[in-house]
Amino acid sequence: MNRFFDIPSDLQHSWLGLIGLHLREALLPVLAGLVLALPLAQLCVRFRWLYPPVLWVTTVFYAIPSLAFFVVLIDYTGQTELTVMIPLAVYSLVVLVPAIVDGVRSVPQETLAAATAMGFGPVRRYAQVQLPIAVPAIIAGLRVATVSSISLVSVGMLIGNQGALGNLLHDAQIYNRPELAWNSVLTTAVLAVLADAALVLVRVLLTPWMPSGGRGRRPKPAADRPEPAAPALKDAAR
Amino acid sequence: MNVLHFVQAFFSDGAHWHGYDGIPTRLMEHLTYSLEALALAAVIGLPIGLVTGHYNRGGTTLSLIATAGRALPSFGLLVLMTILIGFGMTPVMIPLVVLAIPPILVTTYEAVRSVDPSPVDAARGMGMPESRVLFQVELPVALPLILGGLRSAAIQIVSTATIAAYVSLGGLGRYIVDGLYQHNYEKVVGGATLVAVLALLTLGAFWAVARIAVSPGVRRSG
Repeated sequence: MNRFFDIPSDLQHSWLGLIGLHLREALLPVLAGLVLALPLAQLCVRFRWLYPPVLWVTTVFYAIPSLAFFVVLIDYTGQTELTVMIPLAVYSLVVLVPAIVDGVRSVPQETLAAATAMGFGPVRRYAQVQLPIAVPAIIAGLRVATVSSISLVSVGMLIGNQGALGNLLHDAQIYNRPELAWNSVLTTAVLAVLADAALVLVRVLLTPWMPSGGRGRRPKPAADRPEPAAPALKDAAR
Repeated sequence: MNVLHFVQAFFSDGAHWHGYDGIPTRLMEHLTYSLEALALAAVIGLPIGLVTGHYNRGGTTLSLIATAGRALPSFGLLVLMTILIGFGMTPVMIPLVVLAIPPILVTTYEAVRSVDPSPVDAARGMGMPESRVLFQVELPVALPLILGGLRSAAIQIVSTATIAAYVSLGGLGRYIVDGLYQHNYEKVVGGATLVAVLALLTLGAFWAVARIAVSPGVRRSG
């Protein structure tokens, strides 16, 4: 068990240090993706004709394998963390835009009319009515983006040890220490599950009006399904 | 010298078009691995998804499986399996199939479950047995979504099969991994282009299949 956490010194990090690095490399891109996706999604809601082409472009981006994306960026950003984070941000953006658009669009027309009748301007209506109602859809998108991002950081190992916990995989091979590979896989998986659970918790806190059972609960007849999301873009671990 | 220059240099080099490391060979290898993994995952995922969706049971278990499957880092799993099992096809197929099952399973379940209940009831009212309700009513209506799940599984497999070159599998990833170690950027970018094109062709193939297989009535309403 001691050797399990005995990280070779060439990685220049402790186990906890690697976890911190991994979380930073995985979560910052998701955050960047969210910041970019919100205005883009709002544009798609505002101008309906914009949505199909945006959807096409994002689907095409999403199809580009992470390793291919990384290595092409090496020419511009070198073998650095940034090279890993840019593709992850793009993938997050791609998952989040449809999720947010579907969420905002699912706000019933009567609700919007009621808000307008109460004297809400467009900005206030967006921030206080549309966004909160879209929270479940946005969180569903964030969950997919976060989990896949955490999983994908490991691939960064291939471009000059930029993969945080993924770097353990390389050391496991060159030092012939399988327990390091176990450590990498298990820690990454636990981080992903914890991040997922944290987001579910955030959703429960942000939407006190919804049943807390989540998507596992048997659906009530048609009316309100817990988490609308675009099923085609649900998974991203590659 | 920009990326496009490297791409052009890679594809115009005649040496990249022949032999065991030629583009046709590597492309066929990549396609073979991907199709095998997709077929295996579909054989496991589709029947379970269809049945659970039809009876609307096991949603909690399925979403747990999906979360667990997504959380497992496929690249880590690949290296771990290689260390445990040794070089060969098995350690590569395991992560690819594990990766592909959750999207297929969950999408199929969701698709069949969310089929409009009125035609299903009508089919039962006409006296159709459950199996025909599933295959002649629910399956055609759910087909676009099911194909969507298969598509995202296929794209993930194509991407991850690239990474498999790291554990000495063939396929298009060979160019990227070899190029990185040989400091041959031309090869790296050429390989990356090929993989991206293959992924886009996969998208196109699924689009074509959806055009052919989805019944016109379902397409119009969707």
